[in-house]
Amino acid sequence: MKAKHQRLILALAALVALVGAALLAMSALKDEAAYFYAPNDVRTKGVEPGKAIRLGGMVVKGSLKRAGDGVTIHFDVTDGKATVPASFRGIAPDLFREGSGVVAEGAFDAGGTFQATNLLAKHDERYMPRELKGMSYDEKTHKMKVDR
Amino acid sequence: MIAEAGLAALWLAASLALLQLLLAAFGLAGGKSELLGAVRPVAVAQGLLTAIAFALLITLFLQSDMSVLLVVTNSHSMKPWLYKFAGTWGNHEGSMLLWVTVMGVAGSAVALFERALRRETHMATLGGQAAISLGFYAFLLFASNPFARIDPPPADGQGLNPLLQDPGLAFHPPTLYLGYVGLSVAFSFAVGALLTRQVDAAFARAMRPWVLGAWILLTLGITAGSYWAYYELGWGGWWFWDPVENASLMPWLAATALLHSVTVLATRDALRAWTVMLAVVAFSMSMVGTFLVRSGILTSVHAFAVDPERGTFILALLGIYIGGALALFGWRVGAVREGAPFELVSRETMLVVNNLLLSVILGLVLIGTLYPLMTEAFGHKVSVGAPYFDRIAGPIALTLMVAMILGPLTRWRRDRMREVTRRMAIPLAMGGLVFVLLAVLAWGRIGVLPFLGLVIALAVAVGSVAPLWKRNLRRTPLFTWGMVIAHLGCAVSLAGMACDSAFTVEKLVAARPGDTVETAGWTIRFKQILPIAGDNWTALQADMEASRGGEPVLLHPQSRFFASPPTTTTEAALLTRWNGQLYVVLGQEADAGRWQLRIWWKPFVTLIWFGGFLIALGGAMALVGRERRGWLLKWRARMAMEAVA
Repeated sequence: MKAKHQRLILALAALVALVGAALLAMSALKDEAAYFYAPNDVRTKGVEPGKAIRLGGMVVKGSLKRAGDGVTIHFDVTDGKATVPASFRGIAPDLFREGSGVVAEGAFDAGGTFQATNLLAKHDERYMPRELKGMSYDEKTHKMKVDR
Repeated sequence: MIAEAGLAALWLAASLALLQLLLAAFGLAGGKSELLGAVRPVAVAQGLLTAIAFALLITLFLQSDMSVLLVVTNSHSMKPWLYKFAGTWGNHEGSMLLWVTVMGVAGSAVALFERALRRETHMATLGGQAAISLGFYAFLLFASNPFARIDPPPADGQGLNPLLQDPGLAFHPPTLYLGYVGLSVAFSFAVGALLTRQVDAAFARAMRPWVLGAWILLTLGITAGSYWAYYELGWGGWWFWDPVENASLMPWLAATALLHSVTVLATRDALRAWTVMLAVVAFSMSMVGTFLVRSGILTSVHAFAVDPERGTFILALLGIYIGGALALFGWRVGAVREGAPFELVSRETMLVVNNLLLSVILGLVLIGTLYPLMTEAFGHKVSVGAPYFDRIAGPIALTLMVAMILGPLTRWRRDRMREVTRRMAIPLAMGGLVFVLLAVLAWGRIGVLPFLGLVIALAVAVGSVAPLWKRNLRRTPLFTWGMVIAHLGCAVSLAGMACDSAFTVEKLVAARPGDTVETAGWTIRFKQILPIAGDNWTALQADMEASRGGEPVLLHPQSRFFASPPTTTTEAALLTRWNGQLYVVLGQEADAGRWQLRIWWKPFVTLIWFGGFLIALGGAMALVGRERRGWLLKWRARMAMEAVA
């Protein structure tokens, strides 16, 4: 085989690999990228059950309840405009508490409850989930403020 | 005084880097040998000065000098000395100084020990190294001075992020940095060779040990980081596809591809332009990683400071170096002569396949890592996590593993398909056997990827030792052993990953002291829960007894509270057995008297890191084997010369 042909084959293989990779990445991103929703986005845009998303907001005061098994919790997430019920089975982060910010990873079930598979809470002042930056909770009025 | 001396050493080192660049540039352009003669001593002095500056910063941390801003914001006088020491690089400024130090010391090493390279290329390489260093000196001196003072000095420091207070901090970042920055040497080699138009087998043989060295350290750093995250976070996982993890994986992927293509260039003088390109890409990935981690656009334990100015600075450096190198490549690639030809069925082709697949994985990881940043620019907040990366990287990585069996069993230049197929028979048969066994025993109970992973792991394990078949083992060169061990390490690691995702048993319960939990053949008795105190923390510690038929073993999972900064961390209890690990995490108090416990039995999970260690060991064997052979040849030549005289 001539060197020229060989180079052509290699270049073609590289091109096929490149295009294939790009297509693969695009289709995988379309299916697997988890979009961030605040409760109000859920209400206005709607999210189909089973679609992996990240839900972010504040845990409503007085909404946190523990199930009898000791490892499942139920709570409501709000952004001040809408409220969404959520539940989580596992060990919640230490700074996960009522009136505090949370980003929950998971999907809605058919009943409209957000089934979280992972909870990210504000770790401390320096390590805060990026999505919660600019959100704050007013202790007196129980309103959430969002400045962006 | 110490802080001022450190800053002075840094400025001096930066000026020497500038001098080094100018000497090399004018020396090469004007063909002035006396200028070029000064390049090496200047490079050595520059490396020495950065090392001094770094040693001075360590001294400040060890002395807990609270008049230095960096010590105040990242240390505390009550900390154990190991974390004062390692805390030097557990922050933005300190880690950038470590970066510059490694770069300077690597430059010194190239100046002192590199003998195989032609003189002009050697000088151009040192000039290139100085040019990269200069940018990072500027970043350090203008945007992240580690020696800045604070006035008045506070009574004590703010402490180190408790997640970082672990012996892992002493080992993982320096190793990874040595690897990251070691790739800058490969980058400078490529730039030097493009400038002098000397891209050939001799150049590749000179570059190979540096690439190998950087790659070994990257492998060790990633393996150590993975184990650290596994036991420290208490989430039971060993890889989270966190952007920061990807930032270390991408240079490793590029370096792995480079390692194989540089071998093609050294042995067969083929793939010239491609190897140079990969050397540029590998270090570019190191810089992209640094940009992602240090610019503050990502939030994680690794992102120390959110400062847009720094992000812009690193982005500018990134643009200058990557853009400059690519422009140089485009300009000079025409001058790189065509390499030696090879047939389609040959080891060269297999290594091209290796390179293509590694590049594809690299591209997909890069896209997945950058995608959230790109969409955020358009107002959408998106996260790309494990589902994306598992789906795309999994199948391609498995294909790559199959190619890994083929490569070493194919001859250089030309081979016959029938012969290759014959050599593949035993590995494929072993894989087939595992397939049948798993199909009978566990069909439908484990996922597709772990299933194929186990099948391919065994085929690769057998295939990787196949090159030793019918060889005199005592006369097999050390670097061939290195290849065998490294490929075997990949199989071992893959087997660990597949076992972990296929057979892990998880149990999540709320239990009272006195209760017994049964899972995966283990009986775990929860005896009591007690408060205890450590150096700079207090903890709640559970006392448990785990047994599997034999003598019970004590386990002590903890939940630790640190006062400065106020944080809680989980200290999982690990019990290692030959066939797996028991992993117990103490959660929160569920309700009156009940505590959350999360227990995993992870069969053969330790193989993941053992495999990583084998891969690095194989690299080390190849490095020593090649270099020793070089010395032996030289020594014999000298002996022969003396005998003639």
